[in-house]
Amino acid sequence: MKAFTYERARTPAEAAAAARVEGAKFIAGGTNLLDLMKLQIEAPAHLIDINGLGLDTIEETEEGGLRVGALVRNTDLAADQRVRRDYGVLSRALLAGASGQLRNKATTAGNLLQRTRCPYFYDTNQPCNKREPGSGCSALGGFSRQHAVVGGSDACIATHPSDMAVAMRALDVTVETVRPDGKTRSIPIADFHKLPGDTPHIETALERGELITAVILPKPVGGKQIYRKVRDRASYAFALVSVAAIVQPDGTGRVAVGGVAHKPWRIEAAEADLPKGAKSVAAALFADARPTEQNQFKLTLAERSIGAVLAEAKG
Amino acid sequence: MNGVQHALELDTRTSLLDALREHLQLTGTKKGCDHGQCGACTVIVDGRRINACLTLAVMHDGDSVTTVEGLGSPDDMHAMQAAFVKHDGYQCGYCTPGQICSAVAVLDEIKAGIPSHVTQDLTAPVQVSEIELRERMSGNICRCGAYSNIVEAITEIARRPA
Ligand SMILES: Cc1cc2nc3c(=O)[nH]c(=O)nc-3n(C[C@H](O)[C@H](O)[C@H](O)COP(=O)(O)OP(=O)(O)OC[C@H]3O[C@@H](n4cnc5c(N)ncnc54)[C@H](O)[C@@H]3O)c2cc1C
Ligand code: SF4
Repeated sequence: MKAFTYERARTPAEAAAAARVEGAKFIAGGTNLLDLMKLQIEAPAHLIDINGLGLDTIEETEEGGLRVGALVRNTDLAADQRVRRDYGVLSRALLAGASGQLRNKATTAGNLLQRTRCPYFYDTNQPCNKREPGSGCSALGGFSRQHAVVGGSDACIATHPSDMAVAMRALDVTVETVRPDGKTRSIPIADFHKLPGDTPHIETALERGELITAVILPKPVGGKQIYRKVRDRASYAFALVSVAAIVQPDGTGRVAVGGVAHKPWRIEAAEADLPKGAKSVAAALFADARPTEQNQFKLTLAERSIGAVLAEAKG
Repeated sequence: MNGVQHALELDTRTSLLDALREHLQLTGTKKGCDHGQCGACTVIVDGRRINACLTLAVMHDGDSVTTVEGLGSPDDMHAMQAAFVKHDGYQCGYCTPGQICSAVAVLDEIKAGIPSHVTQDLTAPVQVSEIELRERMSGNICRCGAYSNIVEAITEIARRPA
């Protein structure tokens, strides 16, 4: 690990202001950042510990939703009674991710910002445009079983590994931030994660030094809320494909798919086909898919997973 | 640390795991993968189990840390340690301190009503069952494959009246 200096910030504004410096990074749970620092994939010169900012509460909003502080641990968010009752898909997605130990540390903001699990991104001996812009993509033409089937580019076909983010996309949450100049803004989750394009190293809408302060869950939308994760092991593995769905009694609803793209994959227009069944929905979601030979199974898997979820929703 | 206060001056890069092993000579906590994947370094910080390898020691100034040494000693074992011995919940023993710390915390998590991936009803109280224990212990890998004995050991403690 490269040497770094360390400070504990006391307020969100102080943290954001401190992050103005080149090479500074926030550290929350540290479960992704320290992993990557040990491999020198991340090498911040300065760490700003944001655990003392007091952003670890879940409060009700005037609109009838919940304001989830950026530092709320994954365990606490999943276990919150209001979340379990009104946002079941979010509890389920969180509980399907990582392990008990990791969820006790992992935070809401850190989870959204976790980086891809592409094995070439992790292997510093291999070219990777995300790790080293311009060096090439080893997954294209390499082992690509885990990779994106839709929304990828000639520069990168990595997936976003978060389970939580897929549920948050289905729930249409908003990400609240504060910038180094003290200005705050709200970013809809749909615009938060980027597709890779020519700049796979730019993963989110955040600017340098911008601190996530909270995630806003809108007023509950009811419906049957389901998160189905398909993986190589029954527990403690990243998704090959996952489906976050909210299905209303009349068969309408929302579906977001994980494990298939550089961001949680949701196309609102495809949801009009929900009453028609999984085949139509999947056809609309994956009309522009460009799978590799090794990962085209994900298209079938996604369609069947959506089918299973719709069947479960009918109960 | 296990009820004793220590003042340490450390490189900012020192993980909690290295602080325990290299600076406090508490070598019960093991280094397996050092990347949060195996659970051998599981310790209990302020009542919650975490991977000591994926956290910096400087981030735990003032926290209270319990390691396997803090749970019990060979002459005065914690009930969970005794149950692991009784049920033969290990072979080589390398993952055992992490398994035991995790197991102790898992029972507290169930008591606190924290649901898991296999909990059927998110709104009902959580029950102890074999499938719950297996899911909750999935962050602790045992390469000798002592899993079924580990589950038996934890089950015995879970069913014992407090
Ligand atoms: C073995 C293993 C298995 C895993 N399995 C899964 C899985 O199945 N599913 C899944 O979804 N995840 C999984 N994870 C990933 C885990 O969920 C993430 O590591 C965790 O959510 C990251 O949160 P953190 O608080 O620890 O982030 P950190 O590591 O502290 O930070 C991550 C990034 O976010 C930035 N950051 C943190 N907070 C803020 C903020 N408030 N504002 C701006 N920037 C911020 C940091 O600078 C850093 O770049 C796994 C991890 C491991 C190690
Ligand atoms: S898919 Fe993306 S992350 Fe993986 S090697 Fe290619 S550029 Fe790197």
